[in-house]
Amino acid sequence: MTASESVHTVTAMPTARRPGCPFDPPAELVEARRHGPLSRFVHPGGKPGWLITGYDLVRSVLADPRFSSRKELLNVGDFEVPPAPPGEFLLMDEPQHSRYRKPLVGRFTVRRMRLLTERVEQITADCLDAMEKAGPPVDLVTAFAKPIPTIVICEILGVPYEDRASFQEQIDTFMGGETTDEELVAAYTATQEYLAGLVAAKRAHPTDDILSELTDSDLTDEELRGISLILLAAGFDTTANMLSLGTFALLRHPDQFAALRDDPSLTEGAVEELLRYLSVAKTFMRTALEDVELDGRTVEAGTTVVLSYHTANHDPERFADPHVLDVRRPYGGHLAFSHGVHQCLGQQLARVEMRVAFRALLDRFPTLRLAVPADEVALRPETADIYGVKSLPVTWDRTAS
Amino acid sequence: MTPPRVHVDRDRCIGAGMCAMTAPEVFDQDPGDGLVLLLDADPPPAHRAAVRMTAGVCPSGAITLHDPGPGTP
Repeated sequence: MTASESVHTVTAMPTARRPGCPFDPPAELVEARRHGPLSRFVHPGGKPGWLITGYDLVRSVLADPRFSSRKELLNVGDFEVPPAPPGEFLLMDEPQHSRYRKPLVGRFTVRRMRLLTERVEQITADCLDAMEKAGPPVDLVTAFAKPIPTIVICEILGVPYEDRASFQEQIDTFMGGETTDEELVAAYTATQEYLAGLVAAKRAHPTDDILSELTDSDLTDEELRGISLILLAAGFDTTANMLSLGTFALLRHPDQFAALRDDPSLTEGAVEELLRYLSVAKTFMRTALEDVELDGRTVEAGTTVVLSYHTANHDPERFADPHVLDVRRPYGGHLAFSHGVHQCLGQQLARVEMRVAFRALLDRFPTLRLAVPADEVALRPETADIYGVKSLPVTWDRTAS
Repeated sequence: MTPPRVHVDRDRCIGAGMCAMTAPEVFDQDPGDGLVLLLDADPPPAHRAAVRMTAGVCPSGAITLHDPGPGTP
Protein backbone atom coordinates (compact mmCIF):
# COMPACT_ATOMS: atom_id res chain seq x y z
CA MET A 1 0.00 0.00 0.00
CA THR A 2 1.53 3.31 -1.01
CA ALA A 3 1.02 6.51 0.87
CA SER A 4 -0.98 8.11 -1.92
CA GLU A 5 -3.49 5.26 -1.90
CA SER A 6 -3.91 5.24 1.84
CA VAL A 7 -4.74 8.89 2.39
CA HIS A 8 -7.95 9.28 4.28
CA THR A 9 -10.29 12.19 3.67
CA VAL A 10 -12.56 13.91 6.16
CA THR A 11 -14.93 16.17 4.25
CA ALA A 12 -16.35 18.10 7.20
CA MET A 13 -15.81 18.45 10.93
CA PRO A 14 -18.25 16.12 12.67
CA THR A 15 -21.06 17.99 14.37
CA ALA A 16 -21.97 15.37 16.95
CA ARG A 17 -20.54 12.66 19.16
CA ARG A 18 -21.94 9.16 19.22
CA PRO A 19 -25.11 8.90 21.31
CA GLY A 20 -24.27 7.64 24.77
CA CYS A 21 -20.57 8.57 24.36
CA PRO A 22 -20.44 12.23 25.45
CA PHE A 23 -16.74 12.09 26.33
CA ASP A 24 -15.15 10.35 23.35
CA PRO A 25 -14.07 12.22 20.22
CA PRO A 26 -16.61 11.95 17.38
CA ALA A 27 -16.42 8.58 15.63
CA GLU A 28 -15.25 10.19 12.35
CA LEU A 29 -12.16 11.61 14.06
CA VAL A 30 -11.30 8.36 15.83
CA GLU A 31 -11.70 6.63 12.47
CA ALA A 32 -9.49 9.22 10.75
CA ARG A 33 -6.70 8.63 13.26
CA ARG A 34 -6.93 4.90 12.67
CA HIS A 35 -6.00 5.56 9.04
CA GLY A 36 -3.02 7.68 10.03
CA PRO A 37 -2.12 10.89 11.84
CA LEU A 38 -2.85 13.09 8.82
CA SER A 39 -6.07 13.23 6.79
CA ARG A 40 -7.12 15.38 3.89
CA PHE A 41 -9.76 17.82 4.98
CA VAL A 42 -12.17 20.33 3.49
CA HIS A 43 -12.68 23.47 5.56
CA PRO A 44 -16.28 24.63 6.11
CA GLY A 45 -15.62 27.53 3.71
CA GLY A 46 -14.66 25.04 1.00
CA LYS A 47 -10.86 25.38 1.03
CA PRO A 48 -8.78 22.20 1.08
CA GLY A 49 -6.70 21.60 4.17
CA TRP A 50 -5.44 18.87 6.46
CA LEU A 51 -6.71 17.38 9.68
CA ILE A 52 -4.18 16.08 12.19
CA THR A 53 -5.35 13.54 14.75
CA GLY A 54 -2.18 11.69 15.81
CA TYR A 55 -0.51 12.72 19.07
CA ASP A 56 3.09 12.94 17.80
CA LEU A 57 2.16 14.90 14.70
CA VAL A 58 -0.08 17.37 16.53
CA ARG A 59 2.70 17.96 19.01
CA SER A 60 5.37 18.47 16.36
CA VAL A 61 3.24 20.93 14.37
CA LEU A 62 2.58 22.94 17.54
CA ALA A 63 6.34 23.19 18.14
CA ASP A 64 7.13 24.06 14.50
CA PRO A 65 7.65 27.77 13.73
CA ARG A 66 6.84 27.06 10.06
CA PHE A 67 3.23 26.88 11.20
CA SER A 68 1.61 30.19 12.05
CA SER A 69 -1.15 31.10 14.51
CA ARG A 70 -1.94 34.38 12.75
CA LYS A 71 -5.65 34.80 12.32
CA GLU A 72 -5.38 36.69 9.03
CA LEU A 73 -3.56 33.76 7.42
CA LEU A 74 -6.44 31.34 8.04
CA ASN A 75 -7.24 29.93 4.64
CA VAL A 76 -10.57 28.24 5.06
CA GLY A 77 -12.84 29.94 2.52
CA ASP A 78 -13.06 32.58 -0.18
CA PHE A 79 -13.10 35.47 2.22
CA GLU A 80 -10.59 37.71 3.94
CA VAL A 81 -10.00 37.03 7.61
CA PRO A 82 -9.05 40.16 9.55
CA PRO A 83 -6.03 40.03 11.85
CA ALA A 84 -6.63 39.47 15.56
CA PRO A 85 -7.42 42.72 17.39
CA PRO A 86 -4.52 44.18 19.39
CA GLY A 87 -3.86 42.22 22.58
CA GLU A 88 -5.60 39.01 21.51
CA PHE A 89 -2.31 37.18 21.42
CA LEU A 90 -3.63 33.65 20.94
CA LEU A 91 -3.92 34.32 17.21
CA MET A 92 -0.55 36.00 16.68
CA ASP A 93 3.05 34.98 16.03
CA GLU A 94 6.28 36.43 17.37
CA PRO A 95 7.16 39.15 18.09
CA GLN A 96 3.59 40.41 18.72
CA HIS A 97 2.70 37.32 20.75
CA SER A 98 5.60 37.88 23.16
CA ARG A 99 4.84 41.57 23.53
CA TYR A 100 1.59 40.56 25.25
CA ARG A 101 2.51 37.26 26.86
CA LYS A 102 5.85 38.26 28.39
CA PRO A 103 4.53 40.80 30.91
CA LEU A 104 2.02 38.21 32.14
CA VAL A 105 4.22 35.17 32.60
CA GLY A 106 5.61 36.17 36.00
CA ARG A 107 2.05 36.53 37.30
CA PHE A 108 1.08 32.90 36.55
CA THR A 109 4.05 30.90 37.86
CA VAL A 110 3.69 27.59 39.68
CA ARG A 111 4.64 29.26 42.97
CA ARG A 112 2.31 32.23 42.63
CA MET A 113 -0.59 30.00 41.71
CA ARG A 114 0.06 27.68 44.65
CA LEU A 115 -0.06 30.70 46.94
CA LEU A 116 -3.67 31.11 45.79
CA THR A 117 -4.61 27.65 47.05
CA GLU A 118 -6.07 28.90 50.33
CA ARG A 119 -8.14 31.56 48.63
CA VAL A 120 -9.46 29.04 46.09
CA GLU A 121 -10.31 26.69 48.97
CA GLN A 122 -12.26 29.47 50.64
CA ILE A 123 -14.17 30.37 47.46
CA THR A 124 -14.92 26.69 46.88
CA ALA A 125 -16.10 26.20 50.48
CA ASP A 126 -18.45 29.19 50.09
CA CYS A 127 -19.98 27.60 46.99
CA LEU A 128 -20.34 24.23 48.72
CA ASP A 129 -21.90 25.89 51.78
CA ALA A 130 -24.46 27.55 49.56
CA MET A 131 -25.21 24.23 47.83
CA GLU A 132 -25.66 22.50 51.16
CA LYS A 133 -27.91 25.28 52.43
CA ALA A 134 -30.05 25.21 49.29
CA GLY A 135 -30.27 21.43 49.45
CA PRO A 136 -30.47 19.01 46.55
CA PRO A 137 -31.01 19.00 43.68
CA VAL A 138 -28.78 21.82 42.44
CA ASP A 139 -27.31 22.68 39.07
CA LEU A 140 -23.59 22.13 39.54
CA VAL A 141 -22.78 24.48 36.65
CA THR A 142 -24.31 27.57 38.21
CA ALA A 143 -23.64 26.66 41.86
CA PHE A 144 -20.07 25.46 41.55
CA ALA A 145 -18.36 25.12 38.17
CA LYS A 146 -18.90 28.68 36.95
CA PRO A 147 -18.53 30.79 40.10
CA ILE A 148 -15.25 29.29 41.33
CA PRO A 149 -13.04 30.09 38.31
CA THR A 150 -14.94 33.32 37.61
CA ILE A 151 -14.39 34.71 41.10
CA VAL A 152 -10.74 33.66 41.00
CA ILE A 153 -9.91 35.22 37.62
CA CYS A 154 -11.85 38.37 38.53
CA GLU A 155 -9.77 38.78 41.67
CA ILE A 156 -6.50 38.18 39.81
CA LEU A 157 -7.31 40.56 36.98
CA GLY A 158 -9.08 43.14 39.08
CA VAL A 159 -12.50 42.76 37.50
CA PRO A 160 -15.33 43.37 39.99
CA TYR A 161 -17.25 40.08 40.33
CA GLU A 162 -20.45 42.11 40.75
CA ASP A 163 -19.97 43.15 37.10
CA ARG A 164 -20.17 39.55 35.88
CA ALA A 165 -23.51 40.19 34.18
CA SER A 166 -21.52 42.39 31.77
CA PHE A 167 -19.28 39.59 30.55
CA GLN A 168 -20.17 36.11 31.83
CA GLU A 169 -23.14 35.33 29.59
CA GLN A 170 -21.53 37.10 26.63
CA ILE A 171 -18.40 34.99 26.87
CA ASP A 172 -20.60 31.92 27.26
CA THR A 173 -22.26 33.01 24.01
CA PHE A 174 -19.09 33.16 21.99
CA MET A 175 -17.65 29.97 23.39
CA GLY A 176 -20.88 27.96 23.31
CA GLY A 177 -21.18 27.47 19.55
CA GLU A 178 -24.94 27.92 19.27
CA THR A 179 -25.35 31.49 18.11
CA THR A 180 -25.92 33.44 14.94
CA ASP A 181 -23.20 35.78 13.67
CA GLU A 182 -25.28 38.76 14.79
CA GLU A 183 -25.54 37.43 18.34
CA LEU A 184 -21.82 36.73 18.32
CA VAL A 185 -20.95 40.26 17.23
CA ALA A 186 -23.37 41.74 19.76
CA ALA A 187 -21.88 39.66 22.59
CA TYR A 188 -18.34 40.56 21.54
CA THR A 189 -19.14 44.27 21.23
CA ALA A 190 -20.86 44.37 24.61
CA THR A 191 -17.88 42.70 26.28
CA GLN A 192 -15.48 45.10 24.55
CA GLU A 193 -17.48 48.08 25.77
CA TYR A 194 -17.44 46.78 29.31
CA LEU A 195 -13.70 46.14 29.19
CA ALA A 196 -12.99 49.58 27.69
CA GLY A 197 -14.68 51.13 30.70
CA LEU A 198 -12.78 48.88 33.05
CA VAL A 199 -9.38 49.72 31.51
CA ALA A 200 -10.19 53.43 31.80
CA ALA A 201 -11.14 52.93 35.45
CA LYS A 202 -7.87 51.11 36.19
CA ARG A 203 -5.86 53.88 34.55
CA ALA A 204 -7.63 56.48 36.66
CA HIS A 205 -7.59 54.51 39.92
CA PRO A 206 -5.09 51.66 39.89
CA THR A 207 -5.74 48.82 42.34
CA ASP A 208 -3.67 45.77 43.33
CA ASP A 209 -4.24 43.49 40.35
CA ILE A 210 -2.87 42.50 36.94
CA LEU A 211 -4.90 44.97 34.89
CA SER A 212 -3.78 47.92 36.98
CA GLU A 213 -0.20 46.75 36.80
CA LEU A 214 -0.40 46.47 33.02
CA THR A 215 -1.59 50.08 32.73
CA ASP A 216 1.90 51.00 33.93
CA SER A 217 3.49 49.90 30.64
CA ASP A 218 3.57 50.96 26.99
CA LEU A 219 0.45 48.90 26.20
CA THR A 220 -2.37 50.94 24.68
CA ASP A 221 -5.95 50.91 25.94
CA GLU A 222 -6.97 48.86 22.92
CA GLU A 223 -4.25 46.31 23.65
CA LEU A 224 -5.20 46.12 27.31
CA ARG A 225 -8.80 45.48 26.32
CA GLY A 226 -7.74 42.60 24.08
CA ILE A 227 -5.51 41.10 26.77
CA SER A 228 -8.29 41.38 29.34
CA LEU A 229 -10.72 39.66 27.03
CA ILE A 230 -8.35 36.76 26.42
CA LEU A 231 -7.53 36.34 30.11
CA LEU A 232 -11.12 36.61 31.23
CA ALA A 233 -12.54 34.24 28.62
CA ALA A 234 -9.72 31.72 28.91
CA GLY A 235 -9.77 32.15 32.67
CA PHE A 236 -13.21 30.91 33.43
CA ASP A 237 -15.00 29.27 30.53
CA THR A 238 -12.37 26.55 30.13
CA THR A 239 -12.03 25.72 33.83
CA ALA A 240 -15.78 25.97 34.41
CA ASN A 241 -16.36 23.39 31.70
CA MET A 242 -13.63 21.14 33.03
CA LEU A 243 -15.22 21.21 36.48
CA SER A 244 -18.73 20.46 35.29
CA LEU A 245 -17.90 18.01 32.49
CA GLY A 246 -15.27 16.43 34.75
CA THR A 247 -17.83 15.86 37.49
CA PHE A 248 -20.23 14.40 34.92
CA ALA A 249 -17.48 12.05 33.72
CA LEU A 250 -16.68 10.95 37.28
CA LEU A 251 -20.36 10.35 38.00
CA ARG A 252 -20.60 8.21 34.85
CA HIS A 253 -17.63 6.15 36.07
CA PRO A 254 -18.58 5.30 39.67
CA ASP A 255 -15.45 3.22 40.26
CA GLN A 256 -13.29 6.21 39.33
CA PHE A 257 -15.45 8.54 41.43
CA ALA A 258 -15.06 6.21 44.42
CA ALA A 259 -11.31 5.80 43.91
CA LEU A 260 -10.75 9.56 43.85
CA ARG A 261 -13.17 10.18 46.72
CA ASP A 262 -11.47 7.62 48.94
CA ASP A 263 -7.86 8.53 48.18
CA PRO A 264 -6.88 12.23 48.19
CA SER A 265 -3.39 11.31 46.96
CA LEU A 266 -4.96 10.59 43.56
CA THR A 267 -6.18 14.17 43.12
CA GLU A 268 -3.31 15.63 41.08
CA GLY A 269 -3.16 12.65 38.75
CA ALA A 270 -6.94 12.59 38.39
CA VAL A 271 -6.92 16.22 37.28
CA GLU A 272 -4.32 15.47 34.59
CA GLU A 273 -6.33 12.45 33.47
CA LEU A 274 -9.54 14.47 33.24
CA LEU A 275 -7.67 17.10 31.23
CA ARG A 276 -6.47 14.42 28.82
CA TYR A 277 -9.69 12.48 28.66
CA LEU A 278 -12.00 15.48 28.18
CA SER A 279 -9.75 17.93 26.27
CA VAL A 280 -12.48 20.59 26.38
CA ALA A 281 -10.45 22.91 24.12
CA LYS A 282 -10.88 20.41 21.31
CA THR A 283 -9.29 21.84 18.20
CA PHE A 284 -7.00 24.64 17.06
CA MET A 285 -5.70 25.67 13.65
CA ARG A 286 -2.33 26.58 12.19
CA THR A 287 -1.36 27.78 8.71
CA ALA A 288 1.80 26.66 6.91
CA LEU A 289 4.18 29.56 6.14
CA GLU A 290 6.12 27.42 3.65
CA ASP A 291 5.81 23.95 2.14
CA VAL A 292 6.21 21.47 4.99
CA GLU A 293 6.63 17.70 4.74
CA LEU A 294 4.39 15.91 7.23
CA ASP A 295 4.04 12.16 7.42
CA GLY A 296 5.23 11.77 3.82
CA ARG A 297 2.92 14.48 2.44
CA THR A 298 3.51 18.07 1.50
CA VAL A 299 1.42 20.62 3.31
CA GLU A 300 1.67 23.53 0.90
CA ALA A 301 2.47 27.05 2.00
CA GLY A 302 -0.71 28.91 2.87
CA THR A 303 -2.70 25.78 3.75
CA THR A 304 -4.54 25.72 7.07
CA VAL A 305 -4.39 22.56 9.16
CA VAL A 306 -6.85 21.59 11.90
CA LEU A 307 -5.33 19.99 15.00
CA SER A 308 -7.65 17.78 17.04
CA TYR A 309 -6.22 17.88 20.56
CA HIS A 310 -9.05 15.69 21.77
CA THR A 311 -8.34 12.91 19.27
CA ALA A 312 -4.57 13.25 19.81
CA ASN A 313 -5.14 12.83 23.54
CA HIS A 314 -7.02 9.61 22.71
CA ASP A 315 -4.24 8.26 20.48
CA PRO A 316 -3.66 4.60 21.44
CA GLU A 317 -0.07 4.88 20.24
CA ARG A 318 0.54 7.33 23.07
CA PHE A 319 -2.02 6.37 25.72
CA ALA A 320 -2.94 2.76 26.49
CA ASP A 321 -6.73 2.21 26.41
CA PRO A 322 -7.20 5.90 25.56
CA HIS A 323 -10.99 5.88 25.81
CA VAL A 324 -10.82 4.66 29.40
CA LEU A 325 -10.97 7.21 32.22
CA ASP A 326 -8.35 6.04 34.70
CA VAL A 327 -7.58 8.40 37.59
CA ARG A 328 -4.51 6.31 38.39
CA ARG A 329 -3.03 6.68 34.88
CA PRO A 330 0.59 7.87 35.02
CA TYR A 331 1.09 11.38 33.65
CA GLY A 332 1.76 11.13 29.94
CA GLY A 333 2.22 14.66 28.61
CA HIS A 334 -1.29 15.36 27.34
CA LEU A 335 -1.99 18.22 24.94
CA ALA A 336 -5.01 19.64 26.78
CA PHE A 337 -3.13 22.92 27.35
CA SER A 338 -1.60 22.75 23.85
CA HIS A 339 2.15 22.68 23.23
CA GLY A 340 4.71 25.09 21.81
CA VAL A 341 4.94 28.80 22.52
CA HIS A 342 1.16 29.19 22.81
CA GLN A 343 0.80 26.60 25.58
CA CYS A 344 -1.76 27.82 28.09
CA LEU A 345 -0.53 30.76 30.17
CA GLY A 346 -3.01 29.99 32.95
CA GLN A 347 -2.47 26.26 33.18
CA GLN A 348 -0.98 26.36 36.68
CA LEU A 349 -3.96 28.38 37.87
CA ALA A 350 -6.34 25.91 36.23
CA ARG A 351 -4.56 23.03 37.98
CA VAL A 352 -4.83 24.66 41.40
CA GLU A 353 -8.52 25.40 40.82
CA MET A 354 -9.30 21.87 39.65
CA ARG A 355 -7.32 20.14 42.40
CA VAL A 356 -8.99 22.19 45.09
CA ALA A 357 -12.49 22.11 43.63
CA PHE A 358 -12.77 18.39 42.75
CA ARG A 359 -11.24 17.42 46.10
CA ALA A 360 -13.58 19.64 48.11
CA LEU A 361 -16.64 18.57 46.11
CA LEU A 362 -16.05 14.87 46.71
CA ASP A 363 -15.13 15.42 50.35
CA ARG A 364 -18.27 17.45 50.98
CA PHE A 365 -20.71 15.30 49.00
CA PRO A 366 -19.39 11.72 49.00
CA THR A 367 -22.81 10.47 47.83
CA LEU A 368 -23.01 12.92 44.92
CA ARG A 369 -24.98 11.60 41.94
CA LEU A 370 -26.91 12.80 38.93
CA ALA A 371 -30.41 14.08 39.64
CA VAL A 372 -31.57 13.29 36.09
CA PRO A 373 -30.93 10.36 33.73
CA ALA A 374 -27.50 10.73 32.13
CA ASP A 375 -28.94 11.07 28.62
CA GLU A 376 -30.91 14.11 29.74
CA VAL A 377 -27.79 16.08 30.66
CA ALA A 378 -27.60 18.93 28.14
CA LEU A 379 -24.23 19.12 26.41
CA ARG A 380 -22.70 21.89 24.36
CA PRO A 381 -22.70 21.07 20.65
CA GLU A 382 -19.58 19.69 19.01
CA THR A 383 -19.29 23.03 17.18
CA ALA A 384 -18.55 24.89 20.44
CA ASP A 385 -15.00 26.18 20.85
CA ILE A 386 -15.00 24.76 24.36
CA TYR A 387 -16.94 21.56 25.02
CA GLY A 388 -18.94 21.06 28.18
CA VAL A 389 -22.31 20.57 29.83
CA LYS A 390 -24.88 23.34 29.87
CA SER A 391 -26.30 22.28 33.20
CA LEU A 392 -25.66 19.36 35.53
CA PRO A 393 -28.43 18.62 38.02
CA VAL A 394 -26.95 16.73 40.97
CA THR A 395 -28.23 15.39 44.24
CA TRP A 396 -26.78 13.77 47.37
CA ASP A 397 -27.80 12.17 50.65
CA ARG A 398 -28.15 14.69 53.40
CA THR A 399 -26.26 13.63 56.49
CA ALA A 400 -28.12 13.73 59.79
CA SER A 401 -26.50 16.45 61.84
CA MET B 1 25.76 5.63 32.78
CA THR B 2 26.90 9.22 32.85
CA PRO B 3 24.57 11.72 34.43
CA PRO B 4 22.71 14.15 32.19
CA ARG B 5 23.93 17.69 32.19
CA VAL B 6 20.98 20.00 32.15
CA HIS B 7 20.93 23.16 30.09
CA VAL B 8 18.17 25.74 29.95
CA ASP B 9 17.59 28.42 27.33
CA ARG B 10 15.83 31.42 28.84
CA ASP B 11 15.41 32.98 25.39
CA ARG B 12 13.28 30.05 24.29
CA CYS B 13 11.41 29.69 27.59
CA ILE B 14 7.76 30.78 27.64
CA GLY B 15 7.26 30.36 31.40
CA ALA B 16 4.61 27.64 31.25
CA GLY B 17 5.98 26.17 34.48
CA MET B 18 5.99 22.53 33.37
CA CYS B 19 9.57 22.14 34.67
CA ALA B 20 8.95 23.73 38.06
CA MET B 21 5.91 21.50 38.40
CA THR B 22 7.53 18.25 37.23
CA ALA B 23 11.01 18.53 38.79
CA PRO B 24 10.88 21.25 41.46
CA GLU B 25 14.21 20.15 42.95
CA VAL B 26 15.94 21.00 39.68
CA PHE B 27 13.92 23.85 38.15
CA ASP B 28 12.16 26.94 39.40
CA GLN B 29 10.70 30.05 37.80
CA ASP B 30 12.11 33.55 38.24
CA PRO B 31 9.61 35.37 40.48
CA GLY B 32 9.93 38.45 38.28
CA ASP B 33 9.76 37.32 34.66
CA GLY B 34 8.44 33.79 35.31
CA LEU B 35 11.13 32.20 33.13
CA VAL B 36 13.06 29.06 33.99
CA LEU B 37 15.74 29.02 36.67
CA LEU B 38 18.09 26.05 36.76
CA LEU B 39 18.72 25.06 40.38
CA ASP B 40 20.93 22.05 39.72
CA ALA B 41 22.74 21.42 36.44
CA ASP B 42 23.92 18.01 37.62
CA PRO B 43 20.94 16.52 39.39
CA PRO B 44 21.44 13.42 41.54
CA PRO B 45 20.14 10.07 40.23
CA ALA B 46 16.92 10.32 42.22
CA HIS B 47 15.80 13.31 40.13
CA ARG B 48 16.97 12.22 36.70
CA ALA B 49 13.77 10.53 35.61
CA ALA B 50 11.80 13.69 36.42
CA VAL B 51 14.37 15.79 34.55
CA ARG B 52 14.06 13.60 31.45
CA MET B 53 10.29 13.87 31.67
CA THR B 54 10.62 17.64 31.98
CA ALA B 55 12.83 17.94 28.91
CA GLY B 56 10.20 15.93 27.06
CA VAL B 57 7.18 17.99 28.10
CA CYS B 58 8.73 21.49 27.99
CA PRO B 59 6.47 23.24 25.45
CA SER B 60 9.17 25.47 24.00
CA GLY B 61 12.12 23.07 23.89
CA ALA B 62 14.00 25.26 26.35
CA ILE B 63 15.52 22.33 28.27
CA THR B 64 18.22 20.13 26.81
CA LEU B 65 20.10 17.25 28.35
CA HIS B 66 23.71 16.59 27.45
CA ASP B 67 25.62 13.45 28.06
CA PRO B 68 29.05 14.76 29.08
CA GLY B 69 30.68 11.60 27.68
CA PRO B 70 33.76 9.78 28.92
CA GLY B 71 36.71 11.84 30.03
CA THR B 72 34.65 14.95 30.80
CA PRO B 73 35.08 16.10 34.37
